[in-house]
Amino acid sequence: MSGVRLLVGTRKGAFILTSDGKRKNWKVDGPHFAGWEIYHMKGSPADPDRIYASQTSAWFGQIIQRSDDGGKSWNTPGGGPATNPQGMPTGESNKFVYAGVPGTHQWYDGTQHPWEFKRVWHLEPSLRDPNHVFAGVEDAALFESRDGGGTWQELSGLRKHDTGPKWQPGAGGMCLHTILLDPANEKRMSVAISAAGAFRTDDGGKTWKPINRGLHSQYIPDPMAEVGHCVHRIAMHPSRPKTLFMQKHWDVMRSDDAGDSWREVSGNLPSDFGFPVDVHAHEPETIYVVPIKSDSEHFPPDGKLRVYRSRTGGNEWEELTKGLPQRDCYVNVLRDAMSVDSLDRCGVYFGTTGGQVYASANGGDSWEPIVRDLPAVLSVEVQTLK
Amino acid sequence: MIRVVLPHHLRTLARVGNEVQVELNGSVTVRGVLDALELQYPALRGTIRDHETKKRRPLVRFFACGEDISHEPLDAPLPDAIANGTEPFFIMGAIAGG
Repeated sequence: MSGVRLLVGTRKGAFILTSDGKRKNWKVDGPHFAGWEIYHMKGSPADPDRIYASQTSAWFGQIIQRSDDGGKSWNTPGGGPATNPQGMPTGESNKFVYAGVPGTHQWYDGTQHPWEFKRVWHLEPSLRDPNHVFAGVEDAALFESRDGGGTWQELSGLRKHDTGPKWQPGAGGMCLHTILLDPANEKRMSVAISAAGAFRTDDGGKTWKPINRGLHSQYIPDPMAEVGHCVHRIAMHPSRPKTLFMQKHWDVMRSDDAGDSWREVSGNLPSDFGFPVDVHAHEPETIYVVPIKSDSEHFPPDGKLRVYRSRTGGNEWEELTKGLPQRDCYVNVLRDAMSVDSLDRCGVYFGTTGGQVYASANGGDSWEPIVRDLPAVLSVEVQTLK
Repeated sequence: MIRVVLPHHLRTLARVGNEVQVELNGSVTVRGVLDALELQYPALRGTIRDHETKKRRPLVRFFACGEDISHEPLDAPLPDAIANGTEPFFIMGAIAGG
Protein backbone atom coordinates (compact mmCIF):
# COMPACT_ATOMS: atom_id res chain seq x y z
CA MET A 1 0.00 0.00 0.00
CA SER A 2 1.35 3.42 -0.88
CA GLY A 3 2.08 6.01 1.72
CA VAL A 4 4.23 8.99 2.56
CA ARG A 5 6.80 9.74 5.21
CA LEU A 6 7.63 13.34 6.06
CA LEU A 7 11.02 14.08 7.56
CA VAL A 8 10.69 17.28 9.54
CA GLY A 9 13.74 19.04 10.97
CA THR A 10 13.12 21.63 13.68
CA ARG A 11 15.02 23.89 16.05
CA LYS A 12 14.53 21.35 18.84
CA GLY A 13 14.62 17.92 17.25
CA ALA A 14 13.42 15.76 14.38
CA PHE A 15 9.90 14.49 13.74
CA ILE A 16 8.70 11.82 11.35
CA LEU A 17 5.12 12.10 10.13
CA THR A 18 3.61 9.15 8.30
CA SER A 19 0.36 8.50 6.52
CA ASP A 20 -1.14 6.16 3.97
CA GLY A 21 -1.81 7.32 0.42
CA LYS A 22 -4.97 9.17 1.41
CA ARG A 23 -2.87 11.55 3.49
CA LYS A 24 -5.72 12.27 5.88
CA ASN A 25 -4.63 10.55 9.09
CA TRP A 26 -1.10 11.05 10.33
CA LYS A 27 1.13 9.42 12.89
CA VAL A 28 3.61 11.77 14.54
CA ASP A 29 6.84 10.24 15.79
CA GLY A 30 9.40 12.25 17.75
CA PRO A 31 11.18 14.22 18.87
CA HIS A 32 14.30 12.41 17.78
CA PHE A 33 17.53 14.05 18.99
CA ALA A 34 15.47 16.23 21.32
CA GLY A 35 16.92 19.64 21.98
CA TRP A 36 19.30 19.59 19.01
CA GLU A 37 18.78 21.62 15.86
CA ILE A 38 17.97 19.36 12.94
CA TYR A 39 18.76 21.38 9.86
CA HIS A 40 17.85 18.71 7.34
CA MET A 41 16.92 15.06 6.87
CA LYS A 42 16.66 13.27 3.57
CA GLY A 43 16.09 9.71 2.43
CA SER A 44 18.04 7.91 -0.26
CA PRO A 45 16.18 7.58 -3.58
CA ALA A 46 17.93 4.21 -4.00
CA ASP A 47 16.87 2.87 -0.58
CA PRO A 48 14.04 4.66 1.25
CA ASP A 49 14.99 3.02 4.54
CA ARG A 50 18.29 4.89 4.44
CA ILE A 51 17.86 8.37 5.91
CA TYR A 52 20.52 10.92 6.75
CA ALA A 53 20.07 13.70 9.31
CA SER A 54 22.11 16.79 10.09
CA GLN A 55 22.05 17.28 13.86
CA THR A 56 23.78 20.44 15.04
CA SER A 57 24.33 22.66 18.05
CA ALA A 58 26.10 25.95 18.70
CA TRP A 59 27.55 24.30 21.80
CA PHE A 60 28.57 20.87 20.59
CA GLY A 61 28.97 21.21 16.85
CA GLN A 62 27.93 18.92 14.04
CA ILE A 63 26.66 15.35 14.18
CA ILE A 64 25.55 13.22 11.23
CA GLN A 65 22.94 10.63 12.07
CA ARG A 66 21.92 7.76 9.85
CA SER A 67 18.97 5.41 9.91
CA ASP A 68 18.87 2.13 7.99
CA ASP A 69 15.29 1.27 8.93
CA GLY A 70 13.23 4.24 7.82
CA GLY A 71 13.81 6.33 10.92
CA LYS A 72 13.01 3.76 13.60
CA SER A 73 16.57 3.71 14.90
CA TRP A 74 19.60 5.93 14.33
CA ASN A 75 23.35 5.73 14.61
CA THR A 76 26.38 7.93 14.10
CA PRO A 77 28.21 6.08 11.36
CA GLY A 78 31.92 5.76 10.84
CA GLY A 79 35.00 5.41 12.98
CA GLY A 80 35.11 1.64 13.23
CA PRO A 81 32.63 -0.91 14.53
CA ALA A 82 29.08 0.29 14.88
CA THR A 83 29.06 -0.20 18.62
CA ASN A 84 31.63 -0.94 21.29
CA PRO A 85 31.27 -3.97 23.62
CA GLN A 86 29.04 -1.93 25.89
CA GLY A 87 26.73 -1.18 22.98
CA MET A 88 27.80 2.46 22.74
CA PRO A 89 27.84 4.22 19.36
CA THR A 90 31.34 4.65 18.03
CA GLY A 91 30.85 6.97 15.09
CA GLU A 92 33.01 9.89 14.14
CA SER A 93 30.80 10.97 11.30
CA ASN A 94 31.00 14.63 12.22
CA LYS A 95 34.46 15.41 10.93
CA PHE A 96 34.27 18.04 8.20
CA VAL A 97 37.72 19.38 7.41
CA TYR A 98 38.31 21.71 4.48
CA ALA A 99 40.85 20.44 1.96
CA GLY A 100 44.24 22.10 2.10
CA VAL A 101 44.69 25.59 3.47
CA PRO A 102 41.14 26.88 3.96
CA GLY A 103 41.86 30.44 2.78
CA THR A 104 39.54 33.40 3.26
CA HIS A 105 36.27 34.81 1.97
CA GLN A 106 34.66 38.21 2.26
CA TRP A 107 33.19 39.10 5.65
CA TYR A 108 30.19 41.33 6.34
CA ASP A 109 32.42 44.42 6.67
CA GLY A 110 34.28 43.75 3.42
CA THR A 111 37.42 42.36 5.04
CA GLN A 112 38.72 38.85 4.40
CA HIS A 113 37.73 36.18 6.93
CA PRO A 114 39.00 32.61 7.30
CA TRP A 115 36.77 29.78 6.15
CA GLU A 116 35.36 28.11 9.29
CA PHE A 117 33.14 25.04 9.33
CA LYS A 118 29.93 25.63 11.30
CA ARG A 119 27.23 23.15 10.29
CA VAL A 120 25.63 21.04 7.57
CA TRP A 121 22.63 22.77 6.05
CA HIS A 122 21.60 20.21 3.47
CA LEU A 123 22.16 16.51 2.81
CA GLU A 124 21.59 15.18 -0.69
CA PRO A 125 21.82 11.40 -1.09
CA SER A 126 22.99 10.10 -4.45
CA LEU A 127 20.28 9.01 -6.86
CA ARG A 128 21.89 5.59 -7.23
CA ASP A 129 23.99 4.58 -4.22
CA PRO A 130 22.59 4.76 -0.65
CA ASN A 131 26.13 5.04 0.74
CA HIS A 132 26.96 8.07 -1.39
CA VAL A 133 25.70 11.37 0.00
CA PHE A 134 26.58 15.04 -0.47
CA ALA A 135 26.57 17.69 2.26
CA GLY A 136 26.23 21.42 1.77
CA VAL A 137 27.86 23.23 4.65
CA GLU A 138 28.45 26.63 6.27
CA ASP A 139 30.97 28.23 5.61
CA ALA A 140 30.03 27.36 2.08
CA ALA A 141 31.55 24.18 0.74
CA LEU A 142 30.46 20.85 -0.67
CA PHE A 143 31.45 17.58 0.97
CA GLU A 144 30.68 14.00 0.01
CA SER A 145 30.72 10.67 1.77
CA ARG A 146 30.96 7.39 -0.08
CA ASP A 147 30.75 5.20 3.02
CA GLY A 148 27.30 6.00 4.32
CA GLY A 149 28.27 9.11 6.23
CA GLY A 150 31.22 7.61 8.05
CA THR A 151 33.86 9.89 6.56
CA TRP A 152 33.59 13.09 4.58
CA GLN A 153 35.80 14.62 1.91
CA GLU A 154 35.52 18.09 0.46
CA LEU A 155 34.91 18.59 -3.27
CA SER A 156 37.22 21.55 -3.00
CA GLY A 157 37.09 22.65 -6.62
CA LEU A 158 33.96 24.62 -5.73
CA ARG A 159 35.34 26.58 -2.79
CA LYS A 160 38.64 27.12 -4.58
CA HIS A 161 36.95 28.71 -7.58
CA ASP A 162 38.61 32.02 -8.50
CA THR A 163 35.64 33.90 -7.11
CA GLY A 164 35.83 32.23 -3.64
CA PRO A 165 37.48 35.20 -1.91
CA LYS A 166 34.53 37.35 -3.08
CA TRP A 167 31.85 35.15 -1.55
CA GLN A 168 30.15 36.64 1.46
CA PRO A 169 27.63 35.46 4.04
CA GLY A 170 23.96 36.27 3.87
CA ALA A 171 22.04 37.15 7.02
CA GLY A 172 21.82 33.46 7.92
CA GLY A 173 25.49 32.75 7.33
CA MET A 174 27.43 31.69 4.26
CA CYS A 175 25.67 28.43 3.63
CA LEU A 176 25.55 25.99 0.75
CA HIS A 177 21.89 25.04 0.97
CA THR A 178 20.83 23.61 -2.39
CA ILE A 179 22.26 20.58 -4.18
CA LEU A 180 20.61 19.44 -7.42
CA LEU A 181 21.73 16.17 -8.97
CA ASP A 182 21.01 15.79 -12.68
CA PRO A 183 19.29 12.43 -13.20
CA ALA A 184 20.27 12.42 -16.86
CA ASN A 185 23.94 13.25 -16.35
CA GLU A 186 25.79 11.81 -13.38
CA LYS A 187 28.61 14.33 -13.83
CA ARG A 188 26.36 17.38 -13.62
CA MET A 189 25.38 18.98 -10.34
CA SER A 190 24.21 22.47 -9.40
CA VAL A 191 24.49 24.11 -6.01
CA ALA A 192 23.43 27.41 -4.50
CA ILE A 193 25.11 29.50 -1.83
CA SER A 194 23.89 32.48 0.16
CA ALA A 195 25.20 34.98 -0.75
CA ALA A 196 27.48 33.89 -3.55
CA GLY A 197 24.98 32.53 -6.06
CA ALA A 198 24.56 29.38 -8.09
CA PHE A 199 27.34 27.17 -9.45
CA ARG A 200 27.43 24.12 -11.72
CA THR A 201 29.86 21.31 -12.35
CA ASP A 202 29.81 19.16 -15.48
CA ASP A 203 32.69 16.93 -14.45
CA GLY A 204 31.50 15.37 -11.21
CA GLY A 205 32.65 18.18 -8.94
CA LYS A 206 36.21 18.77 -10.09
CA THR A 207 35.58 22.16 -11.68
CA TRP A 208 32.72 24.61 -11.28
CA LYS A 209 31.41 27.72 -12.96
CA PRO A 210 29.09 30.43 -11.65
CA ILE A 211 25.67 30.27 -13.30
CA ASN A 212 24.25 33.66 -12.37
CA ARG A 213 23.83 35.42 -15.71
CA GLY A 214 20.53 37.24 -15.76
CA LEU A 215 20.29 37.64 -12.01
CA HIS A 216 19.89 41.25 -10.90
CA SER A 217 20.44 42.13 -7.25
CA GLN A 218 20.11 45.80 -6.46
CA TYR A 219 21.50 45.37 -2.96
CA ILE A 220 25.04 44.55 -4.11
CA PRO A 221 27.60 47.00 -5.57
CA ASP A 222 27.34 45.53 -9.06
CA PRO A 223 23.77 44.27 -9.45
CA MET A 224 24.80 42.06 -12.40
CA ALA A 225 27.97 40.66 -10.80
CA GLU A 226 29.22 37.19 -11.63
CA VAL A 227 28.88 36.21 -7.93
CA GLY A 228 27.41 37.78 -4.80
CA HIS A 229 23.73 37.05 -5.37
CA CYS A 230 21.64 35.80 -2.47
CA VAL A 231 20.03 32.74 -3.98
CA HIS A 232 17.53 31.23 -1.54
CA ARG A 233 16.54 28.03 -3.31
CA ILE A 234 16.59 26.27 -6.69
CA ALA A 235 14.21 23.51 -7.77
CA MET A 236 14.19 21.18 -10.75
CA HIS A 237 11.80 18.60 -12.17
CA PRO A 238 13.69 15.34 -12.76
CA SER A 239 12.24 14.94 -16.25
CA ARG A 240 13.59 18.36 -17.31
CA PRO A 241 16.94 18.83 -15.65
CA LYS A 242 17.83 21.82 -17.81
CA THR A 243 14.88 23.81 -16.49
CA LEU A 244 15.60 25.36 -13.12
CA PHE A 245 13.39 27.56 -10.95
CA MET A 246 14.98 29.90 -8.43
CA GLN A 247 13.66 31.84 -5.49
CA LYS A 248 16.24 34.55 -5.10
CA HIS A 249 16.34 36.96 -2.14
CA TRP A 250 14.06 39.08 -4.27
CA ASP A 251 12.77 37.73 -7.62
CA VAL A 252 11.57 34.34 -8.80
CA MET A 253 13.72 33.26 -11.76
CA ARG A 254 13.74 30.59 -14.44
CA SER A 255 16.43 29.03 -16.57
CA ASP A 256 15.95 26.64 -19.48
CA ASP A 257 19.62 26.06 -20.15
CA ALA A 258 20.76 24.50 -16.87
CA GLY A 259 21.48 27.88 -15.34
CA ASP A 260 23.55 29.41 -18.13
CA SER A 261 20.99 32.22 -18.30
CA TRP A 262 18.05 33.28 -16.15
CA ARG A 263 14.94 35.37 -16.66
CA GLU A 264 12.53 36.72 -14.08
CA VAL A 265 9.11 35.05 -13.77
CA SER A 266 7.81 36.82 -10.65
CA GLY A 267 4.79 38.10 -12.62
CA ASN A 268 1.81 38.93 -10.43
CA LEU A 269 3.16 37.69 -7.10
CA PRO A 270 2.24 40.01 -4.19
CA SER A 271 5.90 39.90 -3.16
CA ASP A 272 8.74 38.21 -4.99
CA PHE A 273 10.74 37.80 -1.78
CA GLY A 274 10.62 34.33 -0.26
CA PHE A 275 12.58 31.22 0.48
CA PRO A 276 11.26 27.89 -0.91
CA VAL A 277 10.37 26.98 -4.46
CA ASP A 278 9.27 23.55 -5.63
CA VAL A 279 7.94 21.78 -8.71
CA HIS A 280 4.84 19.57 -9.01
CA ALA A 281 5.79 15.89 -9.26
CA HIS A 282 3.89 15.26 -12.51
CA GLU A 283 3.60 18.70 -14.10
CA PRO A 284 7.02 20.21 -14.82
CA GLU A 285 5.52 23.63 -15.51
CA THR A 286 3.61 23.78 -12.22
CA ILE A 287 5.63 25.45 -9.49
CA TYR A 288 5.03 26.69 -5.96
CA VAL A 289 6.41 29.58 -3.89
CA VAL A 290 5.44 31.19 -0.59
CA PRO A 291 5.71 34.98 -0.87
CA ILE A 292 7.15 36.76 2.17
CA LYS A 293 6.72 40.48 2.69
CA SER A 294 10.37 41.54 2.62
CA ASP A 295 13.89 40.89 3.85
CA SER A 296 13.14 43.18 6.78
CA GLU A 297 9.78 41.64 7.62
CA HIS A 298 9.97 37.87 7.36
CA PHE A 299 6.26 37.09 7.37
CA PRO A 300 3.51 36.76 4.77
CA PRO A 301 2.08 39.95 3.24
CA ASP A 302 -1.05 41.19 5.04
CA GLY A 303 -0.78 38.44 7.67
CA LYS A 304 -2.22 35.93 5.16
CA LEU A 305 -0.38 32.67 4.63
CA ARG A 306 -0.66 31.96 0.92
CA VAL A 307 1.07 29.51 -1.33
CA TYR A 308 1.27 30.70 -4.92
CA ARG A 309 1.07 28.23 -7.78
CA SER A 310 1.96 28.84 -11.39
CA ARG A 311 0.84 26.30 -13.98
CA THR A 312 2.75 28.12 -16.69
CA GLY A 313 6.26 27.83 -15.33
CA GLY A 314 6.07 31.30 -13.81
CA ASN A 315 4.72 34.79 -14.54
CA GLU A 316 1.06 33.86 -14.00
CA TRP A 317 0.38 32.93 -10.40
CA GLU A 318 -2.75 31.94 -8.47
CA GLU A 319 -3.06 32.19 -4.73
CA LEU A 320 -3.84 29.03 -2.77
CA THR A 321 -5.52 29.83 0.53
CA LYS A 322 -8.07 27.13 1.33
CA GLY A 323 -7.22 25.77 4.76
CA LEU A 324 -4.43 28.27 5.41
CA PRO A 325 -4.75 31.11 7.97
CA GLN A 326 -5.88 34.30 6.27
CA ARG A 327 -5.50 36.69 9.15
CA ASP A 328 -2.98 37.44 11.90
CA CYS A 329 -0.41 34.99 10.53
CA TYR A 330 3.21 36.09 10.91
CA VAL A 331 5.24 32.93 10.39
CA ASN A 332 7.98 32.33 7.86
CA VAL A 333 8.60 29.32 5.61
CA LEU A 334 12.31 28.57 5.31
CA ARG A 335 14.16 27.50 2.17
CA ASP A 336 14.27 23.76 2.82
CA ALA A 337 10.81 23.55 4.36
CA MET A 338 8.73 22.63 1.27
CA SER A 339 8.49 19.31 -0.49
CA VAL A 340 6.25 17.34 -2.87
CA ASP A 341 5.34 13.67 -2.99
CA SER A 342 4.86 11.67 -6.20
CA LEU A 343 1.51 10.03 -5.57
CA ASP A 344 -1.10 10.24 -8.32
CA ARG A 345 -2.47 13.47 -6.96
CA CYS A 346 0.70 15.25 -6.05
CA GLY A 347 0.98 16.09 -2.38
CA VAL A 348 2.56 19.38 -1.35
CA TYR A 349 3.91 20.02 2.15
CA PHE A 350 5.50 22.88 3.99
CA GLY A 351 6.50 23.76 7.53
CA THR A 352 6.58 27.13 9.25
CA THR A 353 8.66 28.87 11.85
CA GLY A 354 5.52 28.75 14.00
CA GLY A 355 5.73 24.96 14.14
CA GLN A 356 2.91 24.07 11.78
CA VAL A 357 3.29 21.51 9.02
CA TYR A 358 0.64 21.86 6.31
CA ALA A 359 -0.26 19.21 3.77
CA SER A 360 -2.18 19.34 0.53
CA ALA A 361 -3.19 16.04 -1.02
CA ASN A 362 -4.50 17.75 -4.16
CA GLY A 363 -1.63 19.73 -5.58
CA GLY A 364 -2.28 22.76 -3.43
CA ASP A 365 -6.03 23.24 -3.97
CA SER A 366 -6.67 22.85 -0.23
CA TRP A 367 -4.54 22.46 2.86
CA GLU A 368 -4.76 20.91 6.28
CA PRO A 369 -2.35 21.15 9.20
CA ILE A 370 -0.78 17.82 10.13
CA VAL A 371 0.65 19.33 13.32
CA ARG A 372 0.37 22.82 14.70
CA ASP A 373 2.75 23.10 17.62
CA LEU A 374 6.17 21.73 16.73
CA PRO A 375 9.32 23.80 17.33
CA ALA A 376 10.20 26.14 14.47
CA VAL A 377 10.44 24.04 11.31
CA LEU A 378 13.75 24.22 9.45
CA SER A 379 13.18 21.58 6.79
CA VAL A 380 10.57 19.26 5.32
CA GLU A 381 11.36 16.37 3.01
CA VAL A 382 8.86 13.77 1.86
CA GLN A 383 9.41 10.18 0.88
CA THR A 384 6.80 8.50 -1.28
CA LEU A 385 6.54 4.89 -0.17
CA LYS A 386 5.32 2.25 -2.57
CA MET B 1 39.03 5.68 37.74
CA ILE B 2 37.98 9.22 36.84
CA ARG B 3 34.34 10.22 37.12
CA VAL B 4 33.06 12.54 34.38
CA VAL B 5 29.71 14.34 34.30
CA LEU B 6 28.56 15.25 30.79
CA PRO B 7 26.02 17.88 29.73
CA HIS B 8 22.58 16.55 28.86
CA HIS B 9 22.95 16.67 25.08
CA LEU B 10 26.20 14.74 25.11
CA ARG B 11 24.70 12.11 27.39
CA THR B 12 21.94 11.49 24.87
CA LEU B 13 24.44 11.46 22.02
CA ALA B 14 26.69 8.92 23.74
CA ARG B 15 23.67 7.11 25.21
CA VAL B 16 24.98 7.21 28.75
CA GLY B 17 23.62 8.23 32.13
CA ASN B 18 24.49 11.18 34.34
CA GLU B 19 28.04 10.11 34.98
CA VAL B 20 30.62 8.03 33.15
CA GLN B 21 33.91 6.60 34.34
CA VAL B 22 37.13 6.51 32.37
CA GLU B 23 40.49 4.91 33.05
CA LEU B 24 43.66 6.93 32.56
CA ASN B 25 47.02 5.35 31.95
CA GLY B 26 49.08 8.50 32.39
CA SER B 27 48.83 11.64 34.46
CA VAL B 28 45.43 13.04 35.38
CA THR B 29 45.02 16.16 33.28
CA VAL B 30 42.22 17.69 31.25
CA ARG B 31 43.88 16.45 28.07
CA GLY B 32 44.19 12.95 29.53
CA VAL B 33 40.56 12.87 30.60
CA LEU B 34 39.33 14.05 27.19
CA ASP B 35 41.57 11.59 25.35
CA ALA B 36 40.21 8.72 27.45
CA LEU B 37 36.64 9.93 27.12
CA GLU B 38 36.84 10.14 23.32
CA LEU B 39 38.50 6.76 23.12
CA GLN B 40 35.69 5.19 25.10
CA TYR B 41 32.91 7.17 23.43
CA PRO B 42 34.03 8.07 19.89
CA ALA B 43 30.67 9.69 19.15
CA LEU B 44 31.85 12.53 21.40
CA ARG B 45 34.83 13.37 19.20
CA GLY B 46 34.49 16.88 17.88
CA THR B 47 31.71 17.83 20.28
CA ILE B 48 33.88 19.01 23.21
CA ARG B 49 36.97 20.10 21.30
CA ASP B 50 37.89 20.48 17.67
CA HIS B 51 38.84 17.29 15.84
CA GLU B 52 42.07 18.69 14.47
CA THR B 53 43.25 21.54 16.68
CA LYS B 54 41.94 19.97 19.93
CA LYS B 55 40.83 23.47 20.91
CA ARG B 56 37.91 23.56 23.35
CA ARG B 57 34.64 24.53 21.71
CA PRO B 58 33.77 28.09 22.77
CA LEU B 59 30.56 27.27 24.63
CA VAL B 60 31.96 24.29 26.53
CA ARG B 61 33.40 24.70 30.04
CA PHE B 62 35.41 22.44 32.36
CA PHE B 63 34.92 22.45 36.14
CA ALA B 64 36.92 20.67 38.85
CA CYS B 65 36.06 20.88 42.56
CA GLY B 66 33.82 23.89 42.00
CA GLU B 67 36.39 25.85 39.99
CA ASP B 68 36.13 26.83 36.33
CA ILE B 69 39.38 25.51 34.89
CA SER B 70 38.44 26.02 31.24
CA HIS B 71 41.34 28.37 30.67
CA GLU B 72 43.94 26.41 32.62
CA PRO B 73 46.69 24.59 30.68
CA LEU B 74 45.42 21.27 29.33
CA ASP B 75 48.40 19.44 30.80
CA ALA B 76 48.14 20.88 34.32
CA PRO B 77 47.46 18.16 36.93
CA LEU B 78 43.86 17.97 38.08
CA PRO B 79 43.11 18.10 41.83
CA ASP B 80 43.63 14.95 43.88
CA ALA B 81 39.89 14.69 44.50
CA ILE B 82 39.36 14.28 40.73
CA ALA B 83 42.31 11.89 40.40
CA ASN B 84 41.09 9.60 43.19
CA GLY B 85 37.45 9.70 42.13
CA THR B 86 36.11 11.56 45.16
CA GLU B 87 34.85 14.38 42.93
CA PRO B 88 33.67 14.19 39.32
CA PHE B 89 35.13 16.23 36.49
CA PHE B 90 32.36 18.36 35.01
CA ILE B 91 31.98 19.17 31.32
CA MET B 92 29.27 21.78 30.92
CA GLY B 93 27.52 23.66 28.17
CA ALA B 94 27.66 27.39 28.85
CA ILE B 95 24.38 29.07 29.64
CA ALA B 96 24.13 31.11 26.50
CA GLY B 97 21.62 31.86 23.82
CA GLY B 98 18.48 31.92 25.98
